[in-house]
Amino acid sequence: MKYAIEVEDLTVAYKEKPVLWDVDLNVPEGVLMSIVGPNGAGKTTLIKAMLGLVNTAAGRVSIYGKPYSKQRSLVGYVPQRGSVDWDFPTSVGDVVMMGRYGALGWLKRPGKREVELSLRALEKVGMAKYADRQISQLSGGQQQRVFLARALVQDAKIYLMDEPFQGVDATTERAIVTLLQELRAAGKTVVVVHHDLQTVPEYFDWTALLNVRLIASGPVDTVFTEENLRLTYGGRVSFIKHNGHNTDSDQEKRAEAGGI
Amino acid sequence: MSGEQIEIQIIASLVAVTCAIPGVFLVLRRMAMMSDAISHAILLGIVLAFFAIHDISSPLLIIGAALSGVLTVSIVELLNKTKLVKEDAAIGLVFPVLFSIGVILIARYAWSIHLDVHAVLLGELAFAPFDRLTVGGFDLGPKSLYVMGTILLINLIFILLFYKELKISTFDAGLAAALGFSPGLIHYGLMGLVSVTAVGAFDAVGSILVVALMVTPPAAAYLLTDKLSYMIILSAVIGVVSAISGFWLAILLDANIAGSMATMAGLVFLIVFLFAPDRGIVAIARRRSRQRWEFAGKMLAIHLLNHEGTPDEKRESQVEHLEENLCWKEGFANKVIKYAESKGILIHDRGMLRLTGYGREYAMKSVTDEST
Amino acid sequence: MDILSLLNDLLFDYTLRTVALGSAVLGIVSGALGSYAVLRKQSLLGDAMSHAALPGIAIAFLLTGSKISLVLILGAAIAGWIATLIIMSIVRTTRIKYDTALGMILSVFFGFGLVLLTIIQKRPDATQAGLDKFLFGQAAALLERDVITMALLGSVAIATMLVFWKQFKLLSFDPDFGATLGFPMRFLDVVLTTLIVIAIVTGLQTVGVVLMSAMIVAPASAARQWTDRLGPMIFLSAAFGALAGVSGALLSSSISRLPTGPTIVLCVSAIVVLSIFLAPARGLVWSWFRDRRNRGRLRLEGMLEDLYSLALQHKDPGHAHPVSVLRLMSADKGGVDNSLRKLEEQGLVRRVKSEDWALTKEGIEHARQIIKLGVGEGQ
Repeated sequence: MKYAIEVEDLTVAYKEKPVLWDVDLNVPEGVLMSIVGPNGAGKTTLIKAMLGLVNTAAGRVSIYGKPYSKQRSLVGYVPQRGSVDWDFPTSVGDVVMMGRYGALGWLKRPGKREVELSLRALEKVGMAKYADRQISQLSGGQQQRVFLARALVQDAKIYLMDEPFQGVDATTERAIVTLLQELRAAGKTVVVVHHDLQTVPEYFDWTALLNVRLIASGPVDTVFTEENLRLTYGGRVSFIKHNGHNTDSDQEKRAEAGGI
Repeated sequence: MSGEQIEIQIIASLVAVTCAIPGVFLVLRRMAMMSDAISHAILLGIVLAFFAIHDISSPLLIIGAALSGVLTVSIVELLNKTKLVKEDAAIGLVFPVLFSIGVILIARYAWSIHLDVHAVLLGELAFAPFDRLTVGGFDLGPKSLYVMGTILLINLIFILLFYKELKISTFDAGLAAALGFSPGLIHYGLMGLVSVTAVGAFDAVGSILVVALMVTPPAAAYLLTDKLSYMIILSAVIGVVSAISGFWLAILLDANIAGSMATMAGLVFLIVFLFAPDRGIVAIARRRSRQRWEFAGKMLAIHLLNHEGTPDEKRESQVEHLEENLCWKEGFANKVIKYAESKGILIHDRGMLRLTGYGREYAMKSVTDEST
Repeated sequence: MDILSLLNDLLFDYTLRTVALGSAVLGIVSGALGSYAVLRKQSLLGDAMSHAALPGIAIAFLLTGSKISLVLILGAAIAGWIATLIIMSIVRTTRIKYDTALGMILSVFFGFGLVLLTIIQKRPDATQAGLDKFLFGQAAALLERDVITMALLGSVAIATMLVFWKQFKLLSFDPDFGATLGFPMRFLDVVLTTLIVIAIVTGLQTVGVVLMSAMIVAPASAARQWTDRLGPMIFLSAAFGALAGVSGALLSSSISRLPTGPTIVLCVSAIVVLSIFLAPARGLVWSWFRDRRNRGRLRLEGMLEDLYSLALQHKDPGHAHPVSVLRLMSADKGGVDNSLRKLEEQGLVRRVKSEDWALTKEGIEHARQIIKLGVGEGQ
């Protein structure tokens, strides 16, 4: 099987506090995969590590056999919607166009072609008529679609998405699912951080269960079992106990976490 | 030491303690920059009140000026409510206007009298002993001693009366509201306290250095203790140390007293920042270098555990493959193996690594410990 | 001074021309780069940087004995940068929060600067006079070579901003995404911060360290109200900055005992107040009118809906109902007659008897549409 993404022995720690412990994960080409796990399981960190956004303590990530820094143009990224300031003075079309900045290089400015590509990407998510809209006037679902369009305009082979279904309306959720399935049909590999366990079997064909360690990964039919879910989410009991004492020292850990 | 010098040091210490008390809550509530806004904005209040009352140390003037501090806070909050500007920008927009009006009024209409533009920034601590309180011909000491003493008393009474409320609303505003304390009331009470303190201290140390005395000692204390009550006491102590050492630095350099006090406060913070027992840079660096091996050993143990019984176990357990698999430098990998061996976690056998029984337990425990 | 003679002086009076040009440069540079500081929620960092510049100026003078502005500006820039680095490292390594680190570094650096300043002032030689113009600024003391220095530094800063336009936009909006595209975001952050430091230190001579932060925050905050695009915002912000700088500096150098820094700050703040109230779309006055209109429209629509749902109970959408029933259904009792009169003017309702009202054909159509839209909204 050809792997789009290979994660080997990946450990990520914010200094002494591990966020991911020795994760081995292979993502075959052309799957539509979800990453599920409880809060604080390291789902976002895993995606960010794939993108080279966090420092790793050990291990490595390959995209089609090479490090990410050599394969940027193959990967499109959809960050969490809440990670940016939506009151930023810019338009929908402009945000989508940012997806082309990498291909444009350092000094070239976006031109007609970029405008056209952005419009086409917006059409795919049903937002073409909003191209000139200021981004703060969008609903949550529309904001998410804009981010998706920005990734689409990157014209990548692999898409990494962080919680694209968070806080979107039912219509948008259906539209996103359709879009993801279209991407898979076109041979793209899509990895989605997801938190709604109920929809996993319906939306995805591949899944990874994560709780600091990788619990299991593979086809949804074989991996998404009660036993594995219990292994993934069962840790919660110890979580509560662990977090129950002295919030102050936890706070300090977090403060130090920023200090890499 | 002359009598004046002693008096200056007493006043300076009083100012430092008075500032440190509300400062602790500003620091904990993430509102340190409010002290900057208030200490600037009260200038306008002082000038206007001075025009009305013509007595710089009248209690009425202090109250009038303090009101302008509270007014600043509410203008900032009003501006935030419009959502037209960012929260931090709102502070940065409001106080420069009020401060500017104050400076212009002084420059134009109060040129030759007690207030001048320099006093606004520098304070006039050196002159404090000359303005004395006399009752019936008896010299009772410098006036500012009494002004600051009264303000300190007000601060202490407020803190003692509302200690519980302040504590709860600082650490958990939601809980405070649920318990029936009004966070708004406590908030404005505190802002009033900061304003009164700033007005009193303003005369001695000037507007910007009020900020130094309100923020720096509590920041240093925050690195030394977890307990609110200790933090208040420590802040006061650090404030006094900064004030007295600052005074002597000023004598030594023949420089401005208030500026020297701020400098010393910064120096004390620097020392704490570097050498605080638990949270200082040195302590953190030490802890990290110690934990680095422990962490790497754990990482190795978990790596071996993960691949035990898998088809690629052989490949993954080879010493020479650690470099490739974990992206460790060769020297580092060898050191980690030695460390892990010495702890009885694994056995190094002709280039192959094997977990011991203890090592397996250790790895499993590490994983469940850290699973969140 | 009437306007004609002011214009005349602006063109031919050396001092006035220098002052105007210098303050224009200051306004343009701080307005343009301040936009990024505001958008990246670093408004107060500007405050810290400008206060922290004071010891840099003093040390630069102590080391070189020179009052050439390039030397002093360089000292100020280095001190501003060091302050920023210390703030960042305190926040990163300890549990002390950003605002505390800002307030502390701002005041301690400033205090240290004052110590150095008083030491300089007590030196026997008289060359030191005039360093304290850096506190509140002194536009009238600007020399032609100061203005040239400012203009050169400012041009470099603005040109760099234009070259890295795309990257700075990414940095301000979504730095993580920018990093995945392969742009070195940390390096770009350093470059942009340096540009902001340059913007601050070029203004210090005119506005002073105490109030310079207002020149970073205010023009950008005002400009944001008028536009929803980055380019126009930066352009407007630069224009507002220049306008405030020139008018403030001219006022202060033509009226005695009017310190420059505070006067410029008052000018720029006036622009902010006007913008917040009057800017179309976002301004408070407009949103107040809009709210009022919307409330009025909603009330009329509610009335139509009420009449329609009442009529449906009679299986005849045109069925008439007395005013008293409508009053019962309406939230504000007094407005009912008024609303009915307005609807009548639009031909949507008609009076059947003296106190009875019914929907017209158009009214029924309208009501149906409102109900349909109401259900369909939120998509």
